[in-house]
Amino acid sequence: MTIAASATIAAEGGEGYHAPGPSLFELPGIAGSDVTKPMVLLFLAAFLVFGFYYMASRKRALVPGKLQFAGEEAYGFVRNSVARDIIGGHDFQKFVPYLVTVFSFILVNNLFGTIPFIQFPTFSRAGMAYALAGLSWLVYNGVGVHKHGLVGYLKLQSVPSGVSPAMYPLLVPLEFFSNILVRPVTLALRLFCNLFAGHILLALFSTGGLYLIQHVGGIGYVAGPLAWVLAILVGFLEILVQVLQAYVFVLLNAMYIQGALADEH
Amino acid sequence: MKSLLVIAAAEGEEHNPLLPEWIEVVLALVVFAILFFLIKKFVAPNFEKTFAERSAAIEGGIAAAATKQAEADAKLAELEKQLADARHEAARIREEAREQGAAIVAELREQAQAESSRIVEHGKAQIEAERQQAVTSLRAEVGTLATGLAGRIVGESLEDDARQARVIERFLSELETVDAADAGKDA
Repeated sequence: MTIAASATIAAEGGEGYHAPGPSLFELPGIAGSDVTKPMVLLFLAAFLVFGFYYMASRKRALVPGKLQFAGEEAYGFVRNSVARDIIGGHDFQKFVPYLVTVFSFILVNNLFGTIPFIQFPTFSRAGMAYALAGLSWLVYNGVGVHKHGLVGYLKLQSVPSGVSPAMYPLLVPLEFFSNILVRPVTLALRLFCNLFAGHILLALFSTGGLYLIQHVGGIGYVAGPLAWVLAILVGFLEILVQVLQAYVFVLLNAMYIQGALADEH
Repeated sequence: MKSLLVIAAAEGEEHNPLLPEWIEVVLALVVFAILFFLIKKFVAPNFEKTFAERSAAIEGGIAAAATKQAEADAKLAELEKQLADARHEAARIREEAREQGAAIVAELREQAQAESSRIVEHGKAQIEAERQQAVTSLRAEVGTLATGLAGRIVGESLEDDARQARVIERFLSELETVDAADAGKDA
């Protein structure tokens, strides 16, 4: 099966334009090795995130400087408006490091898609997105099983309260399917597809603009630069998408954990 | 047409983007785990401690301010009470002084009255005594004088009224000089 939106535009001149497709993401190993760019970016993101937080949190001043303030804002954002507001109570504290890591790691990796010279969103590699989604699945189910026991947890997630038992044959499989099986898939695909599509879109506008100028001529001299302007606008849209996806991912994580900890479904 | 075939061929070799490279899955998990461990170990405790210290400092500041406020209120109340006491005391003292003053004035007035009545009594008594003395001396003298006058009247021939009047005049003026001399002696 081909996901590729590979289209061929027959140009008047001859050869035709190859729109960027999935092969765009198949980068060769660096210097002949098996290490590819997204692998390096993973480490770079981890390094940047930890470096930033470590420098920001090290001084522990009561009146924070600029760096500490920025670190506290980022950490406090996940801590207060995600972990505390959604998980709440006294439970939220132990999930803060996990949620902060998820948010910061995904955010930096996503922004790599826009940062000049890097320009590759790590999670447009499906494997990376699967890894984090699978981890999220393990975390929220693990938390739920730990609190309610396996049977209690499955009952909590699958049997909706306030519904007559007559409806159970219909609802229980549905609830189980949506709460246990679908969640990691949607988590992974949402993250992966957004970044994948965004990167293709950017590449399409950029290379298409170049092709229009180089090979079409005539109207191409107008349409090409216009495509580049659009590429810049799409770039800003992508920044929004990249931030939003990191936020959505951590928000859903927190909501799943809260659902797994809840006493009543 | 030819190019389409080329693309198709290329895509046949191409990796399906939905299928993961397992090395990437593992790598992402490992890097995430490392980052999670570092943040849990070195970042989160620092931030949490800072937050706790900050809120403690703020709450401590608020508590200290509240204590200071309470102290100030207590001191103010005490001072006001002292002031009220002092006013009360002053009013009491003033009242006392007024009473004492009135008492003193009344006493003095009494004394003055007593003194004045004593003086008046004394004066009256003296006048009475002098009058008694005058009456006594007059009684003694009047006889003599009357006798003298009668002698003179009888001695002189009572020829006419003019002579008679002259005799009486002379007698009376003698009498007056005697009186004046007596008064001078008395004063």
